[in-house]
Order: sequence, then C-alpha cells, then structure tokens
Amino acid sequence: MSLFNVFTIAGSAVSAQAQRLNAVASNLANAESAAGPDGKPYQARQVVFRAAPVAGAAGGAGVEVAQVVEDASAPRRVYDPKHPLADASGYVTMPNVNVADEMVNMISASRSYQTNVEVMNTAKTLMLKALTLGSGS
Amino acid sequence: MITRLDDALGRQEAALTLRAQRQQLIASNIANADTPNYKAVDLNFAEALKRAQAGQPVTGSPPLLRTVARHLPPIPVAGGPAGAVDETASALPSVDGNTVDLDAEQARFAENTVRYEAAFRVLNGKLRSLLAAMQQG
Repeated sequence: MSLFNVFTIAGSAVSAQAQRLNAVASNLANAESAAGPDGKPYQARQVVFRAAPVAGAAGGAGVEVAQVVEDASAPRRVYDPKHPLADASGYVTMPNVNVADEMVNMISASRSYQTNVEVMNTAKTLMLKALTLGSGS
Repeated sequence: MITRLDDALGRQEAALTLRAQRQQLIASNIANADTPNYKAVDLNFAEALKRAQAGQPVTGSPPLLRTVARHLPPIPVAGGPAGAVDETASALPSVDGNTVDLDAEQARFAENTVRYEAAFRVLNGKLRSLLAAMQQG
C-alpha cells in the first residue's frame, strides 16, 4: 500500500528537519560562547541531508541526516580588553556563528517541517477515505 | 463472472493505486526539498496506466522475453528510476544540484489529492451500482 510509504517519507523529513532545528538552536544559543568545554570558542554546526531509499517505495525516497559538520570558517575577533579571555592585543575570539544565516535556516526548517506535516495529514485523509470504499456515499 | 467484475473495476482500481503511487513520489520530492543533488521525480500517469493494464511493472523496464530455455534470466538493476517515473525538469535548478520546485510540488500534491478523490468516487459508484444490481428489488 503505497500511501503508507508517504508516512515513512514525510516522517523521515520531519525528523531530519527537527535535527536541523536542533543544530540551529544550538548555534543561536552559543552565538556568544567564547569558550566551550575544550577551552576553544564554539564552532557553528550544520546538518547535511541525504536522500534515503525507502523499502517498497519504488522511485520514492525519504531524507536522513548524513552527517553534522562543524563550520570551518574563521572565528569572529572582537576587541574587548576587559574580557577575561582577551589576548595580549585586547581581542577576544568569538564563535563563527552568523546569526542572520541561522535565522534564515530556522525559518526554512520550520516551513519544511510544516509542509511535511501537511503531507502526512493529507495522506491520512485519503487513507481514511479509502477505508470507506463501498459503503456510504 | 469474476473476469467481468475485473473488467468493470480493473481500470479504476489501477487508477486509484497509481494515484496513491504518484502521491508517494510527490511526498518524496517535498521531503527532499532541502537535500543536495536530489532530482525531483514524477509519475507519467498515462504511461503508468498503460503499463498497469498491460500487466507490466510501473517502474523498471518491461519484462524481457525468454524464448529459449537457456536464455539467462534478466538481472534486476538496483537504483535509478525507470519506466513511467521521470525526472521533472526545473526552470531554476539550485546551486546545490537540487531540482525540487516546492511550490510546484505542493500544487501537484493538491491536484493529485483531488484526482485521487475523483478516482475513488468513480470506483465507489461502480461498486454501489454492482451492489444494487445484486440485490433483489
């Protein structure tokens, strides 16, 4: 029954987008974390999506998170001589989180999440309808 | 009589199944709207219905004829949609190689939902007429 696969596919997308939202939340929360547990500034994390074949769904594919990569771009340098972590020339190394990028990421992830929930709702309606085949109007 | 029942319902039943299958493909496009290098797919409905009525699989190539017993059986090729499943061309492919046009997919999803309902109503109507013919007056 191929409509069941719609749940698998849209469900995998919902879960992948939730992981993306997780990464965004972590990046935004740590946008000002000058020192992480290892003493170095926090590095932004990004999820990488990959299409994942679904058993029994010919041609259809779900999504999975292939990996979570740390953004390798250069950290921000902020001049703040009073900061306890400031170096000899008065600069503090801050995380390389771009707050505007993360907000865009968040909006995109939440839209995709909503769309896939809507897809599941429609599939549910169609399946319930199919159950009434031969009875009623 | 059974074959007549099959004749009466066969095409509508195939149409309903194919609508569900198309729904699944569109769901997979929507799910992979953010996946790099994902290529959007769609079901060529006319071709799929023709294949379904000829008893051929909807996806994959038509079955090879083995005219001599010593012919090797066909080896199923894994991956790669074929048959009635085509890649949809995108007017504006993304830089990451993704060809999903989310708005167009949502429109197709809504359209397919309505067509599923239509196929359902026709099938339901046929079933109810058959039931009426079976009952005595």
